[in-house]
Order: sequence, then C-alpha cells, then structure tokens
Amino acid sequence: MLVLDDLVLQRGEFSLAADWSLEEGRRLALIGPSGAGKSTLLDAIAGFLAPLRGRILWRGQDITALPPAARPMTILFQDHNLLPHLDVFANVAIGLDPRLKLTDEERRKVRAVLARVGLAGLENRRPEALSGGQRSRVALARALARERPLLLLDEPFAALGPALRAEMLDLVNETAAESGATVLLVTHQPEDARRLGDLASVVAEGRAAPPMPVERLLAAPPAALARYLGTGGG
Amino acid sequence: MARRHERVNGRANLLVWTGGGAAALVLLLVFGTLAALAMKAESASGLQPGDWAAIRFTLLQATISATLSVLLALPVARALARRRFPGRQLLTTLLGAPFILPVIVAVLGLITVFGRHGLVNAVLTALGLGPIEIYGLTGVVLAHVFFNMPLATRLFLHAHLSIPPEHFRLAAALGFSDRAVRRHLERPAIARVLPGVFVTIFLLCLTSFAVALTLGGGPRATTIELAIYQAFTFDFDLARAALLALVQLALCALAAFLALSIGAAPDAAPSLATTPWRADGRGIPARIVDGGWILLATLFLMLPLGSIVLAGMAHLPDLPTVVWPALGRSLLVALAATGLALALALGLAGLALSLDGRGGRTIEGIGFLPLATSPMVLGAGLFVLLFPVFPPQALALPVTALVNGVMSLPFALRALLPQMRRIEADHGRLADALGLVGINRLRRLHLPLLARPLGFAAGLTAALAMGDLGVIALFATPAEATLPMQVRLLMASYRMGEASAAALVLLLASLALFWIFDRGGRADARA
Repeated sequence: MLVLDDLVLQRGEFSLAADWSLEEGRRLALIGPSGAGKSTLLDAIAGFLAPLRGRILWRGQDITALPPAARPMTILFQDHNLLPHLDVFANVAIGLDPRLKLTDEERRKVRAVLARVGLAGLENRRPEALSGGQRSRVALARALARERPLLLLDEPFAALGPALRAEMLDLVNETAAESGATVLLVTHQPEDARRLGDLASVVAEGRAAPPMPVERLLAAPPAALARYLGTGGG
Repeated sequence: MARRHERVNGRANLLVWTGGGAAALVLLLVFGTLAALAMKAESASGLQPGDWAAIRFTLLQATISATLSVLLALPVARALARRRFPGRQLLTTLLGAPFILPVIVAVLGLITVFGRHGLVNAVLTALGLGPIEIYGLTGVVLAHVFFNMPLATRLFLHAHLSIPPEHFRLAAALGFSDRAVRRHLERPAIARVLPGVFVTIFLLCLTSFAVALTLGGGPRATTIELAIYQAFTFDFDLARAALLALVQLALCALAAFLALSIGAAPDAAPSLATTPWRADGRGIPARIVDGGWILLATLFLMLPLGSIVLAGMAHLPDLPTVVWPALGRSLLVALAATGLALALALGLAGLALSLDGRGGRTIEGIGFLPLATSPMVLGAGLFVLLFPVFPPQALALPVTALVNGVMSLPFALRALLPQMRRIEADHGRLADALGLVGINRLRRLHLPLLARPLGFAAGLTAALAMGDLGVIALFATPAEATLPMQVRLLMASYRMGEASAAALVLLLASLALFWIFDRGGRADARA
C-alpha cells in the first residue's frame, strides 16, 4: 500500500494537497490540466521534492526522508530518459549498476528485458539511431530490469502518436501484471487513463483527489475534471 | 533555393551594396595586406635564429596557457554548476569581465599582485619558498590564464548546464555515486566542447601582443607579434617584419580553421544563472573542494583588479594631464570601431540571410575571416601599403579604428546571427508574404528585434577597441598616444603610481562603454 498521509507540496507560489492511499498492484492515472501539479506529486513520491508537510508511506514504512535511489520506485520522464553516449544495452544496464560492471546473470537479465519489450538485436544501437517508440521501450526495459514495486511514469509517451502510445500503455499493463508492480501514470489525455484501465485521480485546483475507478470517473466527471475536459457542467 | 533572388528590386539592391561592400572591405583588407606583405617579404633574407626562437616561444606559451586555462577551468566550472551560494550570479558575470578588460590594466594588476614586491611573493618568501619572477614565460602564461581561464570556465559551465535536468534526477533515482555522475553525465558533456575551447584559447594566445610587450621581451620571451613590432620599431626592417607577419598569418589561419571546424562557442548566449536539481556532491569533502576552487578563482580574478583600483585611487591626484587628450583619442577610436563593426556585421548578416545556400555561407564565411589573421598582421600590411604615401602617425587613429572594427566583426556576427536566424525562422514567411525584402527587411523586421545582441556586440567592440594596445603602438608616436599606450609609456618610465591612476581611468572608461551599450540594448529589448 502507498499512503499519502496529509501531504502538502509547495513549489514556488504553487501548492498541492493529497491525502489518500493506493493498494499494491493497482494502476493509477493522474489526470488534469498542465501546471496542476501532476508531475510535482510524482516528484515528491520519487524523492526529488521534500514535502512541506505530511508523510509518504510504502508497506507501512515512512519513506518521506529517503533519497530517490533508496525508494522502492523507478521513474520514467517525458524526455531524456536515455544517456546519449551509451548504447541500448548500457542504458538498461546502468539501471542495475551505475559502474556498468554486470554479473553474467545481470547481463542475461538485460537481454531478457530488451527481448520482452521487443528490442532484441538492437543492443548496440545508440539512442540517436532509434525511433521515438524504440526509445520509450528502452526506458521501459530499464524500469523492468530494476524490478522495483513502484513504477512512476511522468508522461513518458506524450511525444508518441496515438497508436504507439496505446501500444506502450498495453506493454506497461502486461509487464506490470506479470511483475505485480504498482503504476502511477501522469497524463492529460482521458484516453490514456482509460487505456490503463484501472484507477484515476483528478489533479486540479491545488488538490489531488482520491483514486476512483476510471470509467466511473469519466462517466460522471466531478466539476474540476469536467471543466478540464470541456464537457460542460460546472 | 533561389526563391528570394527573384524578388531583388531597387531596395533589395541597397542591401546587396551594403553587404557586398562590407564583404569587399574585409576581403580587401585581409588579402590586400597579405599581398603587400608577400611582395615585401620577398626581399627578406629568410628567418633568422631569433625569429625561430620567437616562433617556438609563441607556440610554447600558447600551448601551456591553453592547457593551464582548461585544466583550472574544469573544477571551477563544476563547482559553479553544482553549488548555489549568494554571489554566484555576480561571480559568473565577473567571469565575463576579463574578456573586455584592457590588457594593460590587467597586466598592471598582475604585476602588483605577483610582481617582485607583490602580495604573492611576500607570502611565498615568508613560507621560505623562492620568489616567482613575473617577467618572462611565467608572466606571459599567468596573464593569459588570467584572461582565458574565466572564458573557459564560462564555456564549460554552459556545457554543464546543457545536461538535461532529467539526467540528474535519473542519476539520483538510479543511485549514481559522485563518480558515476562525473563519468556518465559530466564527462560526455565536457568532452564535446573541450577541444573547441582549447583551440579557441590557443588561438587567442597565439595573437597576444600587449602581454608579451609588457611581461615578455628579450630573446627568450618574444612572441611573433612582438617580433613583428620590433622589426618595425627597432630595426625598421620592413621585409623581415613582413616575413614574420606571413608566418603569424599561416599559424593563425590554421588554428582558426581548426577552431571553426570544431565549433567551440555555443550559439545562443546561455543563462548561467540557474542550477538544476541534483543529488551529487552533497558530501562534506565535495563541498570543501568546490568551495576551495570557487574561492581561489574569485581571488585570482579579484585581487589584480582590486589592487589596480586601490593603487589607482591612491594616485589619482598625481594623474598627469596627458591622460585626458589620450582618453579623448581612445574614445574616438572606440566609437569609430564600434560603428564600423556594427555596419559591417549587419550588412554581411543581412545579405548572408537573404541568399540561400552556398552564397549565404560564403558571405558569412567572409565575416569570420578576420579570425584567421591578427591585428599586428593587418597593421603591418597597412603600414607597408601606406608608408610610401603617408607618414604613419598621420593615420594612427583611423588605422587603429579600422583594424579594431574589422577584428571585432566575428564577435559581432556571433552575437547577431543566431538571433537573426531565429527571427527569419519565426517571421520570415510572413515577411516574404508581405514582400518585405532587402534593406527594408533588415530595418523593419530585424533591427527592432535585435536591440539586445546589438547592444552587446557594440559594448564588446567598444571595450576591446578602447583597450587596444597593438596596432596603435606600430603607428603612433607619443603625440598621438591613446590611453592604453599612455599607460604603457608611464610604466616604461617607471612612473608606476601615475600609470595605475591612468589605468584606473582606462578601466572605468572601458567598463562604462560596455555597460552603456549593453544596458542600452537591454532597456529597449522587446524580444
């Protein structure tokens, strides 16, 4: 269980409150207008931003003060997930050992996750020689190799076309189901939340609302979400 | 590709004339002086042993200076990239100051701090270490590091800050050690710019004249530029001076070609004010190391400047009256050079952008041609050309303004072109649709949006010309002395107090010129 206990975040003038929990193994889409604080919330869970107030708990343990690397999470950003001077293999391997000194078993694992995301045979390519979709797959492969129970996705597929985006989300769903990972996805597209197909939380007007089933949320959007989606109401 | 050629009309022709005229002037100056030198050098009897020594010394000091500047800049840039502290922005701004500082002022400051009776030698002697001798190779290298270490630091800092912020978060999420951050994030970013930074500094040290004139000299510490000057003034051996100028030209052209093909300088003027979130370097030892480098760099920059200001203020009552007409001449030279550099840069850039493809690149390339020569080479060529017709001192000021204006052209272009390209990308199609071509496009579209880089380029040119101590030394007698030359004359007659007072006036005038132009551009900037 991930618990956001009376959490208040502040970045400059902007602040965001969240007070809810998420069961392990669930997939949650954080949806809302840009600038509403979706990424800020993810940053706090990842450990890039110390909260003004409140605690973050994972499996009952307070992780609020832990540095990013010590947290049970792995994160994908919108851009720059790959280091340009490393090839595909090393970009995944660096998630296991920053010194790039891998055991044979770890090497097998890197190959296996690359094969799992459909990149077998591209191990020696540099990021610049890959398509946008392939780059997303490398980043996802690294997340899989790290086997952390919490997968944070900060709009990593936003630059892809609709078909590719759906494909990547399906891949996230499949691999998360296999590993039992808990997924948090930042998006501003309702169809992404729908594709993830589990829970969604509206982040708007200084507050991240408690998660609820995505279909129910989209069928009867609360006022803040309705304003964002432009579906009338108020 | 010849889309825009077809609409050349009367007004467009004005642009062709301006830009073409600018290109012709640069070509004439660079190749005209080259031809004059080549003809004159024919009667020279080959390079003497002393000339070979000058070539060796030039290459040696440039190599050492560039290496030391780069090596010292690396830790300072890293410290600035990962530390936030009060005064950080002031320090990064100060790092830009040595570039516009009159060489003679800095040299005087360095002598005060590192000279025989300076602070550093007092400390060294107290510690039982031998005093350092500032005249000779040590002093030349010291001065070059003073000028170029800050430049290298700024370029490296820019490289650090061009690392995507996500990479630092990624590094934190993956548990990178400081060493892994260095290896996977910092080193690749630095490695991309390091060769270019090195060659750029090497080139700047290659053409150094005033430093060698004041701190070098003698058979063991003479640069080629200084040897050219001495061939003129001591031996009046024009043929040998011409031959040396050709050697210098060949070296510069080679280094400039290398520098341009590597591409050292970042195009856009970066904002060095912010630092990204990063988790490395939080340990106490890393903090101490970074703090130490920042402190050392600050002292190295501030002590010479501070000592000049103090000494200058103390001797201000002794300020000789010859300073004021010299200041007037320097201002005239600076303003004329600035006007020339801006006119040339705007004409060339406007024409280069209106021609697509190869034509545009050729025009642009002509603008960067002065990088491949040196002020002393141009001055020597003009001397050889004009000497039979005019007495050199009659043309001292116009020639100094001309050479400084042309030598600043590459800097002005580098400041203007990226912004002009952006304007073309943003509004070019609209301007095409409105039939805005030629000089009108320059006036109505570009100029209003160029205030900032124009102000910066003008400030840079004015400050550089104000501090020039090169060509002027070749042409002028003390009666036509500019302020830097006057400072030098006072130093040469060991009137150090008066020299430091005059240097303070020069320093203030140069900074004021830069500040006025640069501020002017910012105040009016709408972009």
